Amino acid sequence: MVEHFDLSLVDWSRAQFALTALYHWIFVPLTLGLAFIIAIMETIYYKTGDSQWKKITKFWMTLFGINFAIGVATGIILEFEFGTNWSNYSWFVGDIFGAPLAVEGIMAFFMESTFIAVMFFGWNKVSKRFHLVSTWLVAIGSNLSGLWILVANGWMQNPIGMKFNPDTARNEMMNFWDILFSPTAVNKFLHTLSSSYTLAAVFVLGISAWYLLKKTNIAFAKKSIIIAAVFGLTSSLYTVLTGDNSAREIVRNQPMKFAAIEGLYDGSAGAGLVAFGVMTESPNGKHKNMKDFNFKIEIPNMLSYMAYLDGKAFVPGINDIINGFTDNDGIVHPSVNEKIAIGQKAIAALRTFKIAKKAGDLTLAEQAQKDLEANFKYFGYGYFNDPYDTVPPISMSFYSFHTMVGLGMWFILLFILSLVYIYKNQIATKKWFLRAAIWSIPLAYIASECGWIVAEMGRQPWVIQDLMPTLTAVSNIDAISVKITFFLFLFVFTGLLIAELKIMLKQIKNGPNHGGK
Amino acid sequence: MFENLSHLALQQYWWIIDSLLGSFLVFLLFVQGGQTLIYRLGKTKMERTMIVNSLGRKWEFTFTTLVTFGGAMFASFPLFYSTSFGGAYWVWMAILFCFIIQAVSYEFRSKPSNVWGAKTFEVFLFINGLLGTILLGTAVGTFFNGAEFTVNDMNQSQWATSFGGLEAVLNISNVALGLTVFFLARLLASLYFMNNIREENIYARSKKQLLYSGIPFLIVFLFFVIRLLLMKGFAVDPNTGFISMEPYKYLHNLLAMPIVAILFLGGVVGVLFGLIKSYLSEKYTKGIWFAGGGTIMVVFSLFLIAGFNNTAFYPSVADLQSSLTIQNASSSHYSLTAMSYVSLMVPFVLAYIIYVWRAINNKPIDLEEMKSEEHLY
Repeated sequence: MVEHFDLSLVDWSRAQFALTALYHWIFVPLTLGLAFIIAIMETIYYKTGDSQWKKITKFWMTLFGINFAIGVATGIILEFEFGTNWSNYSWFVGDIFGAPLAVEGIMAFFMESTFIAVMFFGWNKVSKRFHLVSTWLVAIGSNLSGLWILVANGWMQNPIGMKFNPDTARNEMMNFWDILFSPTAVNKFLHTLSSSYTLAAVFVLGISAWYLLKKTNIAFAKKSIIIAAVFGLTSSLYTVLTGDNSAREIVRNQPMKFAAIEGLYDGSAGAGLVAFGVMTESPNGKHKNMKDFNFKIEIPNMLSYMAYLDGKAFVPGINDIINGFTDNDGIVHPSVNEKIAIGQKAIAALRTFKIAKKAGDLTLAEQAQKDLEANFKYFGYGYFNDPYDTVPPISMSFYSFHTMVGLGMWFILLFILSLVYIYKNQIATKKWFLRAAIWSIPLAYIASECGWIVAEMGRQPWVIQDLMPTLTAVSNIDAISVKITFFLFLFVFTGLLIAELKIMLKQIKNGPNHGGK
Repeated sequence: MFENLSHLALQQYWWIIDSLLGSFLVFLLFVQGGQTLIYRLGKTKMERTMIVNSLGRKWEFTFTTLVTFGGAMFASFPLFYSTSFGGAYWVWMAILFCFIIQAVSYEFRSKPSNVWGAKTFEVFLFINGLLGTILLGTAVGTFFNGAEFTVNDMNQSQWATSFGGLEAVLNISNVALGLTVFFLARLLASLYFMNNIREENIYARSKKQLLYSGIPFLIVFLFFVIRLLLMKGFAVDPNTGFISMEPYKYLHNLLAMPIVAILFLGGVVGVLFGLIKSYLSEKYTKGIWFAGGGTIMVVFSLFLIAGFNNTAFYPSVADLQSSLTIQNASSSHYSLTAMSYVSLMVPFVLAYIIYVWRAINNKPIDLEEMKSEEHLY
């Protein structure tokens, strides 16, 4: 399909997408979670009529508005970047990827943007009940926005419900429901959402803790902490559950990713989970991505249990995947070299199909189409020569995954302690805890970004698992243009982030009595 | 229901939906037009606050419509998406930057400690209003005048120039459409302020602005339309898909589709009526609805003559046979069917937008509200 690859263009395009996605992801989780926290607070106001709850709702709503604006600003570029920087990808999957995006626009974005106006400006214009409904609709709309993009992302990690059409040279949707309810997509959606709620809860908890440390807005802070801790504990426990389900999904559909996030080179039955490890240069020096442990603490059999709910199950390592292996269900997985050969046959068959069609040789075209279908499963491997090029960056995947999991555990403890101290009416006196809660805010952002790094770096070199390598997905433009826009984005987004942080800090400093001005 | 329709019928249905989204987008660009008039119509700080807050309650509609328009084009005509966005890189990037800086400006402008100062965010709004409208109009101009790309047998595209689409500004017709959108946006903004802000000075200045925006709008619009109707167009042979140049193609399209011609003329009358009546009447505030409705009708009809009646909606001037039509650029029958079911939600979405718009705009913005409102832009 694509004959020549400009690696500099691929690298800069990846860098730009990573930059814009990571920036966008600073703001989105807070929007997703805070929207529900605000809705819960307003519901209490609606039920009790207590004006203190109205004030609490309005304060968090002000912070929501500041965050929402920059989330929108950083979000628009992502949608269009699929076209501007990944146009070959856009065509290859447009028939599948475009539909969720359009649904997202019609169903979610309009709901969000319409009712947000009521949320902010409708206090004195609409009834109390209609205002509450609007706040809930903003929360639902913003969360639905996440659904469709994650469905599309889930499909890229585990492409199902489609068929490749050689006439158009693209994948075409065969079953919408298979794509929507793909276990990968469902788990991804639930895990992303629940982790975002956790981040928002840590945010509310941390800021409330700051008020308690400063001995100001005490009643406001305590009320906010109760909501944040209950919401956060529920969310974080659910995050563990969905993360656990994701792990079992990944080991089956993306075994290389699973091996990479655990730094597992040689698989075994009863594989241990690395609880803590330090990576160094690869002893065998096979590939730049290959890094091995200098030091590690392992929990025996735990990785096998995590992957297959069986402590003695076989978990394939990177070398097993490269050389071929037989999984626990008895399915034989060919070596990467064999997959490369199959992929090359598929690519050649597509080329033959096109030539035959042009020449009007329908018999040859039919045979070529059969060859293509028979070999399509490993189509993308045909673009590789070295099997080790299919290994993702191991140390980045490993550290991101373990940082995310470790911090997730800390947040659960944080929420439990908050509830205990609130229950004992000791929270205002536990200064170490309040400080820890404040410092947990940046940690929540680190955990959240690490989640995306695991998901996206762990699946490299694929943009669509086994079908399309990242290097074939780029637009045919010059690398200089992408370099320039990369730095423009860096400059603009950083400038906006600085402004956002300063505004946010000022609003927090002013507190709930200031009214957002 | 939809699965029984032919692929062509679904392609036409989606071209209509995309065209509607495009025409609503052009109407909603009154927000951008208004952003270029903040200092022209608002002479005191409070007047500017009223203008910014009037626009600030609507900017997200424009933004969301733009995003949905992009998403819908991706979903229904992915080859357009991959070809145009991946090739006319600099045009689309410039448009995107204009919208990125807009999205934060309302929320950040009047907030304390915003680091860069209110003026910076007002400049951002101005840039968005000026360049956003002109560039969008220029980009849409290439639907009629063509763009520099080729598409290979794997449907992968390559831009034929190294200017990333910026060469579109060398075509006077594209620029005329860009300027038309810009002046129209300003015209609509003035009408919107006359309707949405209860303040005598702003009303009087907006009325004067109708003339300053209306006259250049009419000049560039007439130039664009006359040229469009007299020029050669990109015709498609429905049987072979062969593209050729046809004299007076867009005039032919208009004559071949009388409903579209009625829409076009009705829209022009609506815009003119809204403009003239608002200018001549003493206290008239409803002009925005006539001019807005007229705008939607005219833009909708222009999109229809670009894509219907066997016309290439995204022609290639680098290689005529690479031109995109609603048939060769679309999604599969299954995908369009699935999306068509989702499109049944559009009337429901429109209904709640209208309901909320009325609830929020029920009472025009006035001095009193600006003094008592806690959430101000």
